Amino acid sequence: MNNRGYFGELWFGAKSLLIGLNVTIKELFRPIVTVQYPREECEITPNYRGHVELVFNTETGGCDCIVCGMCAKACPSDCLVVKGEKKEGEKRKSLTLFSLDFTKCSLCGSCVETCPKGALDYSQDYNIAGFTREEFHYDLIERLERRHQQPLAAAAGGN
Amino acid sequence: MENLAENRTAYTDLEPATDIPNENHYYLNMGPQHPSTHGVLRVLLEMDGEYVVDPQPVLGYGHRMQEKMAEHKNWMAFMPNTGRMDYAAALPYNHGYVALFERLCGIEVPARAEYIRVITSELNRIVSHHLWIGAMLLDMGAFTPILYTFDDREQVLDILEDVTGSRLTYCYFRVGGVCKDIDDKFVEKTRAFIKRQRERFDIYNKLVTGNIIFIKRTEGVGVISPDMARRYGVTGPVLRGSGIAYDVRKNEPYSVYPNFDFEIPVGRNGDSYDRYMVRLLEIEQSLRIIEQALDQLPEGSFLGKAPKKMKMPTGDCSFSVEAARGELTYYLVSGGGDIPYRLKIRVPSYSNLSVLPELCQGMLLSDLVAAMGSMDLVIPEIDR
Amino acid sequence: MPPELLRMIIAAVLVVAFVFLNAMILGYMERKVSAHIQRRPGLMEVGPHGVLQLIVDGLKLIGKQLVVPEGSNKFLFRLAPVLSFAPCVLPFVVLPFARKLQIVSMDISLIFILAMTSINVIAILVAGWASNNKYSLFGTFRSVAQAVSYEIPMLLSILSIILITSTFSLQGIIAAQKYYWFILIQPLAFIIYFISGLAETNRAPFDMPEAESELTAGFHTEYSGMGFSFFFLAEYANMFTVCSIATVLFLGGWKGIPLPLGDYTGIFWFMLKVYGLLFVMIWVRWTYPRVRFDQLMTFCWKYLIPFSLANLLITAVLVKLI
Repeated sequence: MNNRGYFGELWFGAKSLLIGLNVTIKELFRPIVTVQYPREECEITPNYRGHVELVFNTETGGCDCIVCGMCAKACPSDCLVVKGEKKEGEKRKSLTLFSLDFTKCSLCGSCVETCPKGALDYSQDYNIAGFTREEFHYDLIERLERRHQQPLAAAAGGN
Repeated sequence: MENLAENRTAYTDLEPATDIPNENHYYLNMGPQHPSTHGVLRVLLEMDGEYVVDPQPVLGYGHRMQEKMAEHKNWMAFMPNTGRMDYAAALPYNHGYVALFERLCGIEVPARAEYIRVITSELNRIVSHHLWIGAMLLDMGAFTPILYTFDDREQVLDILEDVTGSRLTYCYFRVGGVCKDIDDKFVEKTRAFIKRQRERFDIYNKLVTGNIIFIKRTEGVGVISPDMARRYGVTGPVLRGSGIAYDVRKNEPYSVYPNFDFEIPVGRNGDSYDRYMVRLLEIEQSLRIIEQALDQLPEGSFLGKAPKKMKMPTGDCSFSVEAARGELTYYLVSGGGDIPYRLKIRVPSYSNLSVLPELCQGMLLSDLVAAMGSMDLVIPEIDR
Repeated sequence: MPPELLRMIIAAVLVVAFVFLNAMILGYMERKVSAHIQRRPGLMEVGPHGVLQLIVDGLKLIGKQLVVPEGSNKFLFRLAPVLSFAPCVLPFVVLPFARKLQIVSMDISLIFILAMTSINVIAILVAGWASNNKYSLFGTFRSVAQAVSYEIPMLLSILSIILITSTFSLQGIIAAQKYYWFILIQPLAFIIYFISGLAETNRAPFDMPEAESELTAGFHTEYSGMGFSFFFLAEYANMFTVCSIATVLFLGGWKGIPLPLGDYTGIFWFMLKVYGLLFVMIWVRWTYPRVRFDQLMTFCWKYLIPFSLANLLITAVLVKLI
């Protein structure tokens, strides 16, 4: 395959090995590029697509979900359950349950894209770990309430 | 039930048995858990000392019935699955799948969307080659190159994450376009990466390409002749390493690839070293494509008009793209409605793997590991 | 108790303690150097910059169960780690750490060390054979062939030093390097010795017996807990021995810029040189891919042995002439 000969090969080989050593010794003194994860954290891009989350509407103090069920229908793995009920004297259904089974979710974003009201968005949460499967069955209404530390006004009203 | 039982017996024939043809030979079970079978490939080796007499790959440890799943779901609901076959380069898989439906239903794609698709797919190809260089060197016992290539790989993953929202199993393309537009920040970061990557080639060449041990381990090892490659339907860098300049991007151009000026690197001898060189040169060609695409990037919409509830016309349709490992073909038979009747996925690694038994006969075990590494096998893609 | 016996007992305890300490220092060094070569921080968690990590690792290994695989030869399987560890300790007894820091001074200390380090091959043979595992057996085959081949260029390169000094005593060899280190007049012998030393201690790029991407872990695939840690200790002790012979033969041993109490503080220079060489070993390991087995042999028989023979011949002629 090559015709370097006995000594040519020795010379070529020794040179290539020394060049290799030169590369690694230079790298040895260059700054490290990794982060010590739980101690430091990388800045995460705002476009990161975590699991879905209900969007808080600051005007109404609630969420915009109209319980149309489009998201649940679009989901490839049936991980969303949306339930609502029509209360007396109201035109539309109001949201009573919005649960996400994150163990099945493949983060495709179909639900976010199909939502006619833009009531869903991706969360930025990537530090997700747990000991049981049940920890990944999220109640998104409860999460939204916890995030804003107040019961949802619109969850009851749905206007 | 009878049939099932028969299949069982056929399968257990592959188990290490007592009826070894030659009494000096013995079986060595490499995998499904082995450091160099990357995933769950099992190779049953009939050995004579350290020489491999007959390597037989045993597949199916990562079988997830992807094709069957496609027959049970709305066509859009299968989209996330496409990113999970070849986890190392998911975007070409996305691309092939959406392009299939665009061809079937005659949907127009805005030019900007096509450019974005090409840019991200090529970035993904680079990422895949980064992973492969590291993994192959790891198979050959060098630990450091994988960390250097991962350093570069992280740069691209950050860029891709910013636009696709995920780092590995992308679900970014949509029928009629892509789901999110790229911005100036993306263009800027990509240009910075191209510059950085060109500088990094120096380290790759010094540490790996020119290294005498690497050359000795790969030159003349695992030679796939052009004839052999044709017989097995080998595609991608493995085929090009054998000297056949076949690339779907050139031979059967799709998307906006005809607009770019790029070359198809080919090897001369078809050995592991040529396959390595082809992939390394392909990174440079991908950089060239991205550069041109960024220069030509048109303004406009990134997602064309596609019907929300799409009904497929009856008939069949196929679409091929050049994935990072070779030619990927989706073949769809539609009986109308929105659920495919049958979706056949032709994955490159499967054909590439089928060369292995012939290729590795009479090799040393160490060479088998190096040759298998140079094939760039992704097991979930083979098993689907 | 006679003072000589007391001295020997204290020395033995010190030597064994040093073997453990050396493994910890080298383990830490290996992981830190490899980490920084790969641009990552490496050990950071236990203690400042992870200095206590190796202690924790050691405790973990002690606490682990030694699993004896089914169908293995139970006696040999348990014997192998001990067989590997015990001979590795003995060379430390004759190593000249400083002019007066040598436990036993022997006229043939060099031969004693070389004999002891060869026993390691038998331990690997026993370990691989007793494990009842094909991968272990592969590692064993390779290891024995490799060690037997590489002992030849190693001895030939040592012999060219012996021709100059006419003594096998390590202190004698150091004393002979009064004006200059032997690396200056025998650079080729040093390179050949160092390469053979890498092969002798199964270090990358010659780590055939372990070759984890091919043989999972080679001869110690089946070992866990203390069984594994004895091999680990033996590997590092062997590395230390090989590098200290290189230091004594080629780098002037404990000689250096004189320090107060020079008869004892020479150990500083000795350690500095030895760990410098060990650093090179680590540096090499984290740079190259592994060579193939037949290439390893080709390199030995086609390059190292002819070159060391030629070197020996030239040395012999020159020694006779001068």
